[in-house]
Amino acid sequence: MKTIGSTKLAAVACAGLLALATACGTSSGGSDGGGPKAAEDQGGFTAPDVAMMQSLGDMEGEVNILAWPGYAEDGSTDKSIDWVTPFEQETGCQANVKYFATSDEAVQLMKSGEYDVVSASGDASLRLIAAGDVAPVNTDLLKNYPDIEDFLKDQPWNSVDGQMYGVPHGWGANLLMYNKAEVDPAPTSWSAVFDDASQYAGKVTAYDSPIYIADAALYLMNTQPDLDILDPYALDEDQLAAAVDLLKKQKANVSEYWSDYLKEVAAFKSGDSVIGTTWQVIASTIGDKVEAFLPDEGSTGWSDTWMISTDAPDPNCGYAWMDYITSPKAQAAVAEYFGEAPANTKACGLTSDPSFCDTYHAKDAAYAAQIHYWTTPIAQCLDGRTDVKCTDYGDWTTAWTEVKG
Amino acid sequence: MLWLGVAYLGALAALLITSLWTQDDFTGTIQRTWTLDNFRDLFTIDVYRTITLRTIGIAALVTVIDAVLAFPIALYMAKVASPRLQRLLVIAVLMPLWASYLVKAYAWRGMLSADGPLAWIAAPFGLHSPGYGVPAVIITLSYLWLPYMILPVYAGLERVPNSLFEASADLGGGAWTTIRRVVIPMAFPAIVAGSIFTFSLSLGDYIAVKIVGGTSQLLGNVVFDNQGAANNLPFAAAVATVPIVVMLVYLAAARRTGALENL
Repeated sequence: MKTIGSTKLAAVACAGLLALATACGTSSGGSDGGGPKAAEDQGGFTAPDVAMMQSLGDMEGEVNILAWPGYAEDGSTDKSIDWVTPFEQETGCQANVKYFATSDEAVQLMKSGEYDVVSASGDASLRLIAAGDVAPVNTDLLKNYPDIEDFLKDQPWNSVDGQMYGVPHGWGANLLMYNKAEVDPAPTSWSAVFDDASQYAGKVTAYDSPIYIADAALYLMNTQPDLDILDPYALDEDQLAAAVDLLKKQKANVSEYWSDYLKEVAAFKSGDSVIGTTWQVIASTIGDKVEAFLPDEGSTGWSDTWMISTDAPDPNCGYAWMDYITSPKAQAAVAEYFGEAPANTKACGLTSDPSFCDTYHAKDAAYAAQIHYWTTPIAQCLDGRTDVKCTDYGDWTTAWTEVKG
Repeated sequence: MLWLGVAYLGALAALLITSLWTQDDFTGTIQRTWTLDNFRDLFTIDVYRTITLRTIGIAALVTVIDAVLAFPIALYMAKVASPRLQRLLVIAVLMPLWASYLVKAYAWRGMLSADGPLAWIAAPFGLHSPGYGVPAVIITLSYLWLPYMILPVYAGLERVPNSLFEASADLGGGAWTTIRRVVIPMAFPAIVAGSIFTFSLSLGDYIAVKIVGGTSQLLGNVVFDNQGAANNLPFAAAVATVPIVVMLVYLAAARRTGALENL
């Protein structure tokens, strides 16, 4: 993991801070969640009628890929990090990769119809499906699809009515990390950064994004049942206010909010932060000084999906890419580089760190079930309530500004 | 001149127009209907007033600190140092500008860290590092913009004839009186000119505060969060007009001192 950490460092240095702040913040970017009851509950959500590819034809010679930074590396960031060139040699499809920084940007770019495939997070995927920008995926045409873990298939953020709209790529959880020397006894619950945060006053850290409100909501869901929060991404005004109150109290103990993951690595190494939310890759980069775990309440997280455009100019190369990127070898490379669990667990035998999949719980369906995957909150309540209006992402952004004060 | 007008003023006009539009939250598309909602939110939600005042306060403090630090350095460079030393000092002042903004901001992050050099120096006196927060932002920005203050003040002081110093001395003015009654009034427009740089650069900054600001945020962060994360371009545009208005007021005041001819 150490070497991965440093290659990422190099990648990051090249990318520059601006791109990075957003890229890191969102590249783990949310997936759509909301429990196992997606389509029927999403406020009259129906997918437009879009034709599905029935059989593969000749390769078009190129493919336009829209991806999160780090998902389609061609060696330009780091010579040894390259899984795009082998794809080009294998298929004869020249890959044109465009990275995007936020899910919103991905949605906008996909509307142009110039891209074939996109690595959509859940907060983008449903919007793409609803707008008819992406087509259903014929999974029979993908050799590697059967090897993908079952608990990632037919999920609310990648399918509608049992029809897959993409291929699962990889996923991860937002964990609670603490400095083993400073935090004693070892915490088991998110209360360590909420109700009991004053123990570590001035040393707590939290994720700098409106989506972090969901972490507070998840905690309230477990500790204050009378608020009736069913889904941390479906909050009405009162529930949002309760989450904001909790975060305002937390702020008194926060040293800083992080969005650039290297900033958190540095803060934990120097002792400026001793406890807070994290990603597995951060904990692995820091090493033995810290412990990262999934608290009792479960956690928020992300799960990304490769989708194909309705107007894809190169559908055959697009399918070839979706198949290639979910092949064990490519999955191993991308998962280790990015720091997430691969969707195709045959990759586990090919990672440079033999215990990689165990570290990331890649095969652990029970672990994955405890994760509430990031999704963009919208006015129609994602938990199925129809008697109230839920707060949308714009409201969350305003609320987050208020939390930070 | 025409290009400046089109590219620069055109962009500003586009910004103003955008701030009067609104946005569809689900698809993220901008809806081109005229509304003042963005400005109403800006004025009625308390947190934005707090952030605006904090931003202006930080920019003002950074400007004062830079003026106080820059004046003696510039005076020494312009009037005391030998021509050879003068050139070396100009290079020394410009040197930090060769390094990237980010390198310098991250260097301060290291300096201010709980196990950094400042904490190490302060420890024997029973003190500790100021940590990350508003003081850290002020220190970092003061450091970053100091050259922009020194150079105009230095240029302004060079233009003050040496004969004035002699005249002041002949009339019985001591060194302190000369500085107070002769040099500062003559250098004042130059200081104001430098302050335009430090003030406007601080007003728009959002990266330093992300690096060393702890939990704090400035107007720039609000713009960034709304544009980058929430994709709410109209509201971001509305927030962005705040520093523009502040700067226009500041420039109008600066113009009265004659500082704009000093740039």
